[in-house]
Amino acid sequence: MTRKRDETGPDKDGVDRRGFLECMTWAGSGVLWTVAGGAPLGVGLIHALAEQPALSPFSFLQISDSHVGFDKPANPNALATLREAVERIKALPVPPSFMIHTGDISHLSKDKEFDDAEQLIRDAGVPVFYVPGEHDLLDEGQGRAYLNRFGRGSRGAGWYSFDSNGVHFVGLVNVVNLRAGGLGNLGSDQLDWLRKDVAGLASSTPIVVFAHIPLWSIYPEWGWGTADAAQALGHLARFGSVTVLNGHIHQVMQKVEGRVAFHTARSTAFPQPAPGAASSPGPLKVPAGELRRYLGVASIDFVQGSEALAIIDRPLSG
Amino acid sequence: MVGCLAVSRRLRFARRLALLGLAFAAFWPALASAQQAHAVPLPREVIVTIDNFSFNPPELTVPPGTVVTWVNRDDIPHTVVAAGKSFRSRALDTDDRFSITFASVGDFVYFCSLHPHMTGTVKVRGAAEAPAAASRATGPAP
Ligand SMILES: [Cu+2]
Repeated sequence: MTRKRDETGPDKDGVDRRGFLECMTWAGSGVLWTVAGGAPLGVGLIHALAEQPALSPFSFLQISDSHVGFDKPANPNALATLREAVERIKALPVPPSFMIHTGDISHLSKDKEFDDAEQLIRDAGVPVFYVPGEHDLLDEGQGRAYLNRFGRGSRGAGWYSFDSNGVHFVGLVNVVNLRAGGLGNLGSDQLDWLRKDVAGLASSTPIVVFAHIPLWSIYPEWGWGTADAAQALGHLARFGSVTVLNGHIHQVMQKVEGRVAFHTARSTAFPQPAPGAASSPGPLKVPAGELRRYLGVASIDFVQGSEALAIIDRPLSG
Repeated sequence: MVGCLAVSRRLRFARRLALLGLAFAAFWPALASAQQAHAVPLPREVIVTIDNFSFNPPELTVPPGTVVTWVNRDDIPHTVVAAGKSFRSRALDTDDRFSITFASVGDFVYFCSLHPHMTGTVKVRGAAEAPAAASRATGPAP
């Protein structure tokens, strides 16, 4: 994928053209994220939101792929960039109600990596809801260490749901029992649980689903998709607003399909190449001065009385 | 299938046992012939490198008793896991190695549990056995 550097920065309407075009390439229309650093800016659905009266909005934050323990050339100190991300969260004018972490907390599931990550993230001062990435299941117990630490109140390999401010949140695990040649996988136990979990909800309830590997097929050649995602989305088809938040691919991508908005967040550790842009999805080494433009978190604003959520990607530096 | 594989630790132990046997044999000629039958030549080692999220070579044909060693040369961890669950490495970080001895014939499909699109096969074929004969042996009866 060719990439043109736009040195003029964000346009006067607040839309970074370079980011916008990249997004359009992969997302088609219906875009609702921006890559502008700092102030909440948006296009598409966010404009629509601005026309409605703001009724006690609440926001939460997505952090992903902190890979604490990673120390290779693409980022010799993943803990330091995670610290920067946490500092940025603490500096937000309105603190988020809570955070979700969409997995790959650690790089190799070592106790020290989990300890360091957990301590640092706790410093943000808001509750954190975790789901595991495949890098969090590398202990001898194949996920036991993760469950002991983060899995309280969860089922199976660590899935669960909760309600906040009228929104139903579902944390799914699609990184266990992966098969040779396959993609991310939820499995029938989890799908059954999901069906029952949402059965009693009114169709007007906004749903936010979060999981590590994207629940939409981004690039199966690199395993960037989930084999049984369609069944999960089938259980959510009757809902008016479904937002799917994922990590794993270490870059922002977005797609809106009907009433379902899919979004992937940046990593706080290292970027990965755009689909097919390199011979493998290995860590992308960018000039040291540019690394922080590729790392970051996402904040999600929910306006009560509206069905749409505004997702704002916040790089560590613009 | 588990029984036909041995991890390298077991292999080293076997080698040590064989040496012990030879030392013993020097003092006890009556045992020498029996021991020599077990003092097989050191098994052949074949290296599979992991580069750019792929196993190289992706397919390997080796005689029984071959030690296959995987070496991760990526800057991201990978694993080596048998599709049939008969072996499973820990996470291999950069330059980490994992070895197993393939003691009996068969096809062993394996993959990386972190990146399951990464797959490979080790075909273990009897020394005197041609690949065609092996597939005939495992095929349906005529
Ligand atoms: Cu791998």
